Amino acid sequence: MSKDIILGAIRRGLRRGPLPEDQAMALRARLTAHPRHLIPARSRVPRPEQIALFIRNIEKEFGTCTRVPDLAAIPDAVADYLAAQNLPTDFAMAPHPELESIPWATRPLLAQRPGRAQATDVVSLQHGYSGIAETGTLMLPASAHRPTTLNLLSDTFMVVLRATRIVGAYEEAWDLLRAENHDARSGGFMPRNVMLVTGPSRSADIESTLELGAHGPRRLHVLLVDDDPAAL
Amino acid sequence: MEIRSPEFKANVTHALADTRLQKALEFTRPAFPSRRAAAVANLPEFEQLRDIGRDIKNHTLANLDFYLETYAASVERAGGVVHWCSTADEARTAVLAICEKAGAKTVTKGKSMISEELGINDHLEAHGITPVETDLGEYILQIRNEGPSHIIAPAFHLNRDDWEESFRKVHTDLPADRVFNERRDILTEARTRLREKFLAADVGITGANFLIAETGSSVIVTNEGNGDLTQTLPRVHIALASIEKIVPTLEDATSLLRLLARSATGQDFSVYTTFSTGARRTEDLDGPSEYHVVLIDNGRSNMIGTEFQDMLRCIRCAACMNHCPVYFTVGGHAYGWVYPGPMGSVLTPSLIGVDKAGHLPNASTFCGKCESVCPVKIPLPSLMRHWREREFERHLSPAAARTNLALWAWFAKRPQFYRIATRIGARLLAFLGRKKGRLISLPFAGNWTAGRDLPTPEGETFFARYAREQREKKS
Repeated sequence: MSKDIILGAIRRGLRRGPLPEDQAMALRARLTAHPRHLIPARSRVPRPEQIALFIRNIEKEFGTCTRVPDLAAIPDAVADYLAAQNLPTDFAMAPHPELESIPWATRPLLAQRPGRAQATDVVSLQHGYSGIAETGTLMLPASAHRPTTLNLLSDTFMVVLRATRIVGAYEEAWDLLRAENHDARSGGFMPRNVMLVTGPSRSADIESTLELGAHGPRRLHVLLVDDDPAAL
Repeated sequence: MEIRSPEFKANVTHALADTRLQKALEFTRPAFPSRRAAAVANLPEFEQLRDIGRDIKNHTLANLDFYLETYAASVERAGGVVHWCSTADEARTAVLAICEKAGAKTVTKGKSMISEELGINDHLEAHGITPVETDLGEYILQIRNEGPSHIIAPAFHLNRDDWEESFRKVHTDLPADRVFNERRDILTEARTRLREKFLAADVGITGANFLIAETGSSVIVTNEGNGDLTQTLPRVHIALASIEKIVPTLEDATSLLRLLARSATGQDFSVYTTFSTGARRTEDLDGPSEYHVVLIDNGRSNMIGTEFQDMLRCIRCAACMNHCPVYFTVGGHAYGWVYPGPMGSVLTPSLIGVDKAGHLPNASTFCGKCESVCPVKIPLPSLMRHWREREFERHLSPAAARTNLALWAWFAKRPQFYRIATRIGARLLAFLGRKKGRLISLPFAGNWTAGRDLPTPEGETFFARYAREQREKKS
C-alpha cells in the first residue's frame, strides 16, 4: 500500500521505526497544548488603538469602514452606503439571528434576502465572526448562519462586525473559535470552512500591476458596531 | 510537464535573445524586492519569525510520519477522504477516478504547482474531462499552451498585448473589434468568462499551502478568490498536496502565514486565507458534498535524512527567485520544468534526477541573496553546491570542467606552486593588457570576454601584496 511505502521511506530516512510511544505522547501533548509562537507587538496596544489599527489596516488593503453606535443604526448605514456607490438596494444576507434582529423596516427600500448567495447577487451582507487588528482581517467561519458563498459571489461585500469581536492577533481569534464552536461531525471546533478575508479580491497577474476585483468582490465594506465601551 | 532542463544552455540562449521576455523581466525585476523589503520593514519581529518558521518545519519533518498519520485521521473524522499516493502516476489515477465517479465533464482548478508537477490537466483531457484553470495567470497560460514561468506570478513574462491577442483568439463569441482600454478591461472579460465556468464545474481542484495535523484542514492562500470559488461551488472538492505541506497546529500554520505573504508579494496578509476541513455539514447552506485530499510523495520521502531534507521546509513563496540575478536574466521557462529559480535548482534534481537537471545548480553566482531572504532559512547555495559535488562524483559534469577542476585542485593543494603559478599568470596578464589596462579577449575564456572586458592585474598577486603590507606594518 502507498501509505506504507511512504511512511516506510520516511522512517528509513529518519533511521528509526514507528515513533516510540513516549515520543508520540510528547507530540500528542504538543497538539493538545497547541502552543503559541512569537506574536508581533503591533497589535499589543490599548483597546481604542487596537480598533483604530483594525480600521487602518482595512483601509490600507483597499476596504472601507463605517462605525455605527448599535445594530439599529445598520439599515441607515447600509442604505447610505449603497446610495453613495450607486448600487441596487436588494442584497443577499446571512441568515444569522443578529442580522435578522436588525430593524430593517426602518428603511423600507432595502430588500434583504436571507440565505446563501446566488451568482446574480450584486451585493451581499455577511455576519463577521471576528476581526483581527494585526492585518485588518475578518474571520468568517462557515455555518448554517454564515454561508461561504456570501463572501465570494457578489460584487460588493458588506460585513457587520461588533467591536467587541475585534482581537489583536490571529491566535486570539482561533482561541475564540476553539472556545465557542462545536462541530458535530468531527467532534472538534473547526467548521467545514474558515475564511480569513483581508480586503477586496485582486490580481497582479497582468503585467505585475494590481487591479481590484479579480474573481471575488470588488468592494469590501465593514459596518463596525461600537458595542465595546472600552474601545471608545 | 515536459522536462526541458537538460537543454538549459539552449533555453538560456533563446531567453537572452527574446526581447519580449527581456522587456517583461526588466519591468518586473525591481518590484518584487522593494515590495518585500517594505513589508519586512513594517514588522520588526520578522527575523525572529524566520527562525521560528525554520524550527516549526524542522520539528515537523523530524516527526513527519507521526504528523501525516495524525492528519489523515483528523481529515477522516471531519468526513473527508485521504488518498495516499507514492508516485505521480498513482496521484493522476486517483484524481481521475474521483472525477469519473462524480460524472465530471468540466473541472475548475485553483493554482497549484503540484498539479503542474503531476500533469493533471493532460491526464484529465486525455480521458475526456475538460480542466479549466481559473487563476488569471494560469488561465492565459492554458489558452497559450504554456507552462508557468514563476511559482506565484505564473504569467508575468507576458505583456499586455499578449493577453489581448490571446483573448481575441479564444473568446470568439465577443465582438472582434472590442477595445481593451486598460488592464481592467482584460480582467473583466476573464472574470465574466470564468464565472460561467465556476458555476458549471462538477469538480474543483485546488492545491494546498499547508495541511494541519491537529484539525485535518487544508489551507489555500490566494488574492483573486478563484481558489475559494473552485472549492466552494462544485459538488466535489479535491485538494492536491505533497507530504511536506504538513504542520502540527493552527498556531504553527499562523506563524508561517505571517512569513508567507510578506516574502511572496510583500502583502502583510493575502486577501483570502482559507481553511477547509471535511465535507459540507448537514446544516450548511453551501460547500462541496465530497472532500478529497490527494496526498503525494513523488520522490520527497527520499530526501528525508539526506542533506536535501532542508529543502522540504520550502513554503513556495518565491522570494528566492524574486531576488535572483540569474532568474531575472533568463526567466523561468529556461529552467525547463515546474520549479524555477534557486528553489527549483535544488528541488528539480531531487525530483527528476541530477542527470537531467545538473545544469540548474550550476546556474548560480552563489551571491547568497536567496538564502538571505528565504523565510524558512533554507541554505540554498550550500544545497546547490551539494548537487555540483554529486554531479562531479557521478562523472556527469563535462570533461573540460573536470580536467580544469583537477588541474586547479593540484595547485590548490600545493601552496608554493600555486603562488608561483599565480605570479606568472598575473604578470603575463599585466603585460598583455599594458596598453589599454584591460583585455578584450582571452584564450580559453572567449565566452566570458564576449560579454565583458577583464581589467588587467597590476602584476602583483594578492599573496605577495598581503605579505608586503604585513612586513611594512611591522617595520
